[in-house]
This record gives sequence, C-alpha cells and structure tokens, in this order.
Amino acid sequence: MLLRHTPKEIIKRSALTISPAKTCQPIGAMYAALGVHSCLPHSHGSQGCCSYHRSALTRHYKDPIMAGTSSFTEGSCVFGGQANLLQGISNIFTIYEPDIIAVHTTCLSETIGDDVNQIVQKAKDDGKVPEGKKIIHCNTPSYVGSHVTGFSNMVAGIVKGLAASTGIKTNTINIIPGWVEPSDMREIKRIAKDMGISIVLFPDTSDVVDTPQTGKFKMYPDGGVTQKEMAITGDSKATLALGSFASEAGAKQLDISFKVPFKVLDIPIGLSATDRFIESLSSVAGVKVPDSFVAERGRLVDVITDMSQYFYGKKVALFGDPDQLIPLTEFLIDLNMKPVHMVSGTPGKKFMERIEEVSGDLFKTMNVQNGAQADMFLLHQWIKNEKPDLLIGNTYGKYIARDEGIPFVRMGFPILDRIGHSYFPTVGYSGGIRILEKMLDAILDHKDATCSEIEMELVL
Amino acid sequence: MIRPEKILPNPSKVKEAILAKYPAKIARKREKSMVVNDPKLDQEIQSNVRTIPGIITQRGCTYAGCKGVVLGPTRDIINLVHGPIGCSFYAWLTRRNQTDPGPDGDNFMNYCFSTDMQDDNIVFGGEKKLKQAIQEAYDIFHPKAIGVFSTCPVGLIGDDVHAVSREMKEKLGDCNVFGFSCEGYKGVSQSAGHHIANNQLFKHVVGLNDEKPTGKYNINLLGEYNIGGDGFEIDRLFKACGINVVCTFSGNSTIGAFEKSHTADLNLVMCHRSINYMAEMMKTKFGIPWIKINFIGAMATAKALRKVGEYFGDKKLKDRIEQVISLEMPEVLKAQEDVKSRTAGKLAMLFVGGSRAHHYQELFKEIGMDVVSAGYEFAHRDDYEGRKVIPTIKVDADSRNIEELTIEKDPERYNLRASVEKMEKLKKKGLEVSDYVGMMSDMQDQSLIVDDITHWESDKLIEYYKPDIFCAGIKEKYVVQKTGIPLKQLHSYDSGGPYAGFKGAINFYKEIDQMTNTKIWKKLKAPWLSSNKESSINAEYVSA
Repeated sequence: MLLRHTPKEIIKRSALTISPAKTCQPIGAMYAALGVHSCLPHSHGSQGCCSYHRSALTRHYKDPIMAGTSSFTEGSCVFGGQANLLQGISNIFTIYEPDIIAVHTTCLSETIGDDVNQIVQKAKDDGKVPEGKKIIHCNTPSYVGSHVTGFSNMVAGIVKGLAASTGIKTNTINIIPGWVEPSDMREIKRIAKDMGISIVLFPDTSDVVDTPQTGKFKMYPDGGVTQKEMAITGDSKATLALGSFASEAGAKQLDISFKVPFKVLDIPIGLSATDRFIESLSSVAGVKVPDSFVAERGRLVDVITDMSQYFYGKKVALFGDPDQLIPLTEFLIDLNMKPVHMVSGTPGKKFMERIEEVSGDLFKTMNVQNGAQADMFLLHQWIKNEKPDLLIGNTYGKYIARDEGIPFVRMGFPILDRIGHSYFPTVGYSGGIRILEKMLDAILDHKDATCSEIEMELVL
Repeated sequence: MIRPEKILPNPSKVKEAILAKYPAKIARKREKSMVVNDPKLDQEIQSNVRTIPGIITQRGCTYAGCKGVVLGPTRDIINLVHGPIGCSFYAWLTRRNQTDPGPDGDNFMNYCFSTDMQDDNIVFGGEKKLKQAIQEAYDIFHPKAIGVFSTCPVGLIGDDVHAVSREMKEKLGDCNVFGFSCEGYKGVSQSAGHHIANNQLFKHVVGLNDEKPTGKYNINLLGEYNIGGDGFEIDRLFKACGINVVCTFSGNSTIGAFEKSHTADLNLVMCHRSINYMAEMMKTKFGIPWIKINFIGAMATAKALRKVGEYFGDKKLKDRIEQVISLEMPEVLKAQEDVKSRTAGKLAMLFVGGSRAHHYQELFKEIGMDVVSAGYEFAHRDDYEGRKVIPTIKVDADSRNIEELTIEKDPERYNLRASVEKMEKLKKKGLEVSDYVGMMSDMQDQSLIVDDITHWESDKLIEYYKPDIFCAGIKEKYVVQKTGIPLKQLHSYDSGGPYAGFKGAINFYKEIDQMTNTKIWKKLKAPWLSSNKESSINAEYVSA
C-alpha cells in the first residue's frame, strides 16, 4: 500500500496539514502573468520559490516556463530586497528584453515588508525601465489563501497595470476565464467568435504554454493578451468573471477604475454552467445565440442520455480548486451522480455556500470541507469510511486511487503524469463531452479489468 | 551517423559573444565563471557565489538541498516542513527517489507534511502550531523520527525550531525530533542545504546505535539518492561481490541505518558536493576513511568496485569482484557497440548538479560522444578543480552563515580503520583517498566550463555548438527541446533509470540512442515550408 499509514479512524487535527489540496500564492501569480504577451514573471524572494514554481508549471504543461527571481540572500533579508529587485529589473530588460515584467512577492519579501510599489517607482525614477516598457505587480503572501488567491491577485495586478480607457464605450466584452487550461481559454475565445461577440480574454495562456514545436524557441511566444487589448478593457461594455475565487478581484478592479460593470459566473464546466455562460454572454452582448450552439448543446445532451446508466447513482470523491469544483459538482448532479466527499485547501466561505446551492438536498449527505486541514489525507480517510465509485482530482490522487481500487479521472492542477489538458478543453458543451469521455473511460476500463470472465462484455 | 568533420566554434570567441550582451559589471562577474579548459593547467573557476538577480538561473534554494535532496529519500522519518504550504507541496514526490519498505515497513515518503503557516502565525509566531503539528504527527503515525525543516519566514520571525524539537523529543520519549535551519535565503544555492542536512544528521542520528554489522566487508555509500532506482542497481552489485552496505546516504535509507552508519569500515563517496561533509566528519570522529568513487559508467563502476577490493586487500574479495565484472561486461559491451554505431561523434553538453555533470561524461564517452561544454548548478571550486584548492577558497559572507561543526575524536568509539601508511599506499595506486580531483582535469582541452549557467548563456551555447543532446533539469527541458535538440534530465532522469552500475549503463546508452535518433527531430518543419518544394503547385492541374 502506498498510503499505508492512513487510518480509517478520523483524528481531529488543528495544526498539521497532510498531503495538501492546495499550494501557495506565488505560483498562481506566475501562471496568470504568463497569460500576458511578452511578459516575464518575476518572483521577488529566494531563488527556490521561482525554481519550484517554474518546475511545477513545466511538469504540468511540458512547455517552457520562463521567469526571473530576485535571488535573496541572508543579507537581502536584513537590508531589504530593494537592491535585488532593482538589479533584477535592470538585468531582465537588458538581457531578456520583455515588454513587461510582472513582479509578485513571496512569503519572504512580504514578511520583511518590502514595498514593491515603491521599488518599482524607484526603478522608473532611476531610468531602469526603458521607454515603452512596463512593470506590473501584485502582493502574493504565501501564508494567505492559496495558489488560486495568487492568480486572482495577479489578474487584479494586470488590470491595475495595463487596463485603460479612451472614454468611448464599445461593445466589447471582457472575459476573465479564471485558472483554466490554455485549451479552455482557446475554447472560450472560439465560443465568443462563433457567437459573433468581440471579447478581450485575459489572462490568456493559449499559445504561451501550449506552443508548437517548430525547432525555434521563442522566449515570448505568440499568445497572451496584448497591451493594446488590455488598453481597451476600460471601454468595454461589461466584464464576465468566470469563477469568483480567481476572477472576481480583476473584474471588480475594472469596475473601480473604469466603471465597467461585471457579472460573476461559474466557469462553464458541464451542462448547466455552460448554459448560463452562453445565455449571459448572449444577453450582455445583445446577440442571439446562433443555431450551431443548439446542435453543440444537443451533442452533449445526447451523450448523457446514451450513457446515463453508467453515471446514475455513482458516488464520486473530488478534490481541487473551488472555481472548478462548484460547476463540476453541479454537472455530476445533473448526471445523477452523487458527490460524496470533497475537499479544497483554498479557504473561503463562498465555496461551501455555492456547493450547498448546487447540491440541494444532497448537501446534507456529503462530506465537504475547505480551508485549513481540508487535505487529501482527510479525503482519503472519508474514502476509507465510504468508498466512492470514482475519484476526480490532480495527479496526487493516483496514490489513493491505486490503494483503494477506485477509477480515477485527472482534472485540476497539477497533472504531472498525463497529457491532454493543454489541448482538449473541459469547458463548454464539447468540454462537457470530454469530461464524460474521461469518466466513462475510467469507470468502464475498471469494469473491464475487474469484472468476472463470465460478465465480460464486448458491447457496453 | 558519424559527423564527417566536426567544426567546433572557438570557445574563447563563444565566451566573448555571450558576455557582450551583459552590462559591464555583470560581464566582469560572469567572466570568472566561464573557463576555457586546459586539463594540464591549474585554472581557477568562480563558483558557489551569489546568483545575479534577474539572470534566470537553474538554481534552487537551501531548503530544497536539505529537505528535498538529502533527507527526502529516507522513508521512515516524517519530514515536517514548518512554513507556508508551498515549500512542502513542491518537494512532494517530485524527485523520483525510489524506496523499498517491503510489505509492512514504514514509508512516509508518499505523504506531504506541513504546518501550513497562516498570517497570524507570521505575526504572533508559529512555535505553538509547530509543537501541536509534531504532536499530531506523532499521535497519528508514531514515527521513529520527525525532522523539522525551516522555510524562509521561520528564520525571519525567529521561531526556534531546535528548541521546539528538543522539547517535543523529550515529551514524546520514543521519537527522535530534530530541526534544520535551512531557510531558503541562506547560502547561495541548494548546496548550503546539503551542508546543513549533513550537520544535523551527524549531530542527531549518526552513532546512536553501536550494533556491529554482520558482513565481512562493511561500507557506507554516501551521496547516492536512488533516483530511478540507481541505488538498487548498485546494491545488487555489492551483494554479488559480497560487500555489505551498512547505510546509504540517503537513497532507500532508514533512520535505523543512519544510526548504525558509524560501524562501517569504509565510506564511499559518490556525490562529493552533497555529502563530503559527512565523510569528513565520520573520518574525524570515528576514524572511517573515505574514498571517492563513481558508479555512473560501466568502466567507472568496475573501477569503483576494484577500489573497494583494493581497500580491503582480500584476494577472495578481489577475485569475486573480477568475476562479477567479467560476468556483467559482455552485455554492456554488446549494447555499447550497437549504440555507438549511431551515437559516435555526437556532441553533448551537461549543466547539472554538483557531481553529475562530471559523472555522466563517463557514459557519453563510452558511446563515443564528445562533451564539449559542462558545468555545475551549485558546486564549489573543489568539485571543478579538486580538493587541493580547498585551503585557498575564500570564505565569503554567504558561506560563513552556514554552520561548520567542530568535530573531535570520539573518546571511546574512534577506531582508525586503516593506517596512514596503508592509505598512502592506496593513494599511490590511484585511489582518491579523502580526495576528489574534480571535473576539469577529466575534461578535454578547449571544452568550455560554465558555472551556474544562465538561460542566456545556454541559449547561446546551443546556437554556436548545435549539440546533439543537452543535459540539465526540468526547467530547461522544454526550452532546449523547442530548439530542436533533445534534453535529458539528469536530476530526476525524466521517466527513466536506473543509470548507475552495469545495467544502468545499458539503460543510458539506449536512452541516449533513442533521444538523439528518434525520427521526429527530422520532421519539425512542415513539408510545405521546405525550400525545395517551392514551385511544386501547378495551378492548371489543381483547377482541372
């Protein structure tokens, strides 16, 4: 057994986290900053932070993840990190020539109290920022929130640093997609295009972390929201923020700065959340939903009706990030599946409220927890007490899945041992079909591998 | 395919071109970390110095070197990370250290433990939470030992992990609790973390159990981390030769083995950078000599085994070692010959580790490949130039912050395993006794050595040399591969291994053969973009 020391009996913990269902803020800021064109993320802290974040993102995307670090030493901790950041900024603009540097802090620079805003101002005053180049920044103390909070903070930082307005309103819609895969961002852009709606999607990591192999390395790939696009977001008719945890702060900031009204929606994962997304997009933009979407939706519904027998009543355990878990739970319930256990390390009351909303009567029967000690160890203990038919979560779930003999679907961050997430979306109607396919593959592969020889069937 | 004619760039010119991009001050500093090698000369290379902010380095932090590298592979210790969640999360199962706990042995390596510090812990201190976390870990798992690892904020807010550990060790009674002040900002790289890990293991664990080993030839293997199963392959060979491994630091290790490691008669040092402190301290306190060996490369493996035979000087052992080597070599040579026909003349570059950039050159040589440029990520001058330069290394402020333990002879247990005369004699026979000659004397003339290479520098090296394979880590992997050149990870081996020993050598030959000769590298360009296909469209024919 891989997790042989996990007891069935649940002992209450108040200080020890075991096998977390979250990581720290700065990695989210790094990922969000990669969604800006020609932007180099910069980690203001010890070298290890930057190294760990780049490694984790690289393992997930199997693509180059470039970023700089202030390389703190003991001396910088005593005297402050200003000298390191100023030198870092100057070196990055000279050697690596990005258009933008996106600075995020770490627990180290936060604890010693470095004022990044002031340091960036000093860099400008000292002439370390070349003409036309920009520095955006945000605070990402690792001891608050989670990786999702860091993403959210950098999205707000992107708005603060790059959004602008000409004063003339347009029909453009801003969409903040949340912490989703490049494939999802690409799909959201495709949906808007097919609906004939002009959008600015940010951050946008498509064509940044899913780049083609051409034999040429581009330090700043073709993708990412451009400064030009960000400069018109203040003129947009509205902002749609997908997922309150990752996207609401950015949308709010646009409202504060430029009076762009916003609406917070769930990430369009599954049938109902996609329905709401399409309808919202249509009503906000004032366009009719094209007929092609009726067909697109119909294909998803068709698969559900065809395969309903394999989903009905199946118990599911899940772990991951709130913005994904909320619509995913709703989707599972749409399929008549039963989410039984769920943890998210990301704190926030809204998670529990929304899970209760989408779960209805089922909520009372579910084990749900988020925030402190809502970790995979607890999830595993719940699983030992009531075995689900399916486990959904990031790669770390495979240890539980193997020990307990549960079919396992990889969704979330990080996925370190499989590909696909970069290329095939899980948002929208067609993304819904992909989720169904993955769940069916897992459930039916398990059935084929474990059923008796007598029960082996060719046609399922 | 053998290159008909290798035209290599002039390394001095390459160096010049690289430095030209840098501001003057940076160029002056980096210049000292780039050396055009002449193996006959004593050349100095700047290393183990601060990384310049913003330069895009491969390096990680002290915590990574301490928790991730040295203590990470020990299965029956609970490695509790005191800090915000990220530090423990990123070091969770990402290094591919294999371990074999058997069906019911303790194994906590698949778990990730953290105090998950929150803002109120930063403001009001985290010691109370740490104590409680240790208690909870003990109550749930009853481990033999708990190691507490400090992350950046812990040092800044002044939590005393050592005092907490002492208190909890006393309170729990049957659990060895000890702390590591391995905050990420200490030192200049992972290297400081190795040193801190060595110190604490030596202080708190080594020597706790005097039970004598049962084998005849008892050794410790130091600096072997069982990535991809390397340690298992080496263990197989030791077993075949009749050599008893008391403890490996720290691949597939246990706390119990560490406790008894001072009972061995010889220390074999594999990764000099990460573990030489332990070897020196054991020599001083217990009288155990150490020799440098390397199990990467078939010839190096044979040499390493022979060194052990030479040390014990027993004919029976020597004969058995020769027997094992002659049994293993035919298959190795067969694979070598086959692979060599496709890899000979190809160029390799290695920028990794504190030893691997040196060790892996053996394997490339064995399949006829040339290493034209190499460097370490976190090594010191002695890893490049040999231990002879240690007295001349200036201790700077960053190194001074890392505790240097004062070790004395153990009054009862010190036992000089081999006389000075014997060791001198072995030295003359070519054994690196308490010594490491470093990488540079082993590398060819005019090869380019670069310490703590930056992204800009590796990008330029690739442009000028167009190597056939580049070896580094995960962060560099896809950056290099996007240029059309395969990258072999030599930290965690991608998905492969073992590469140590004889079977490992065969694995590596095959892996490099596959990586450099896989067909896809020739198909990167879309066919319609090839220049010789320009006027192939016949408009009339198409429209017809």
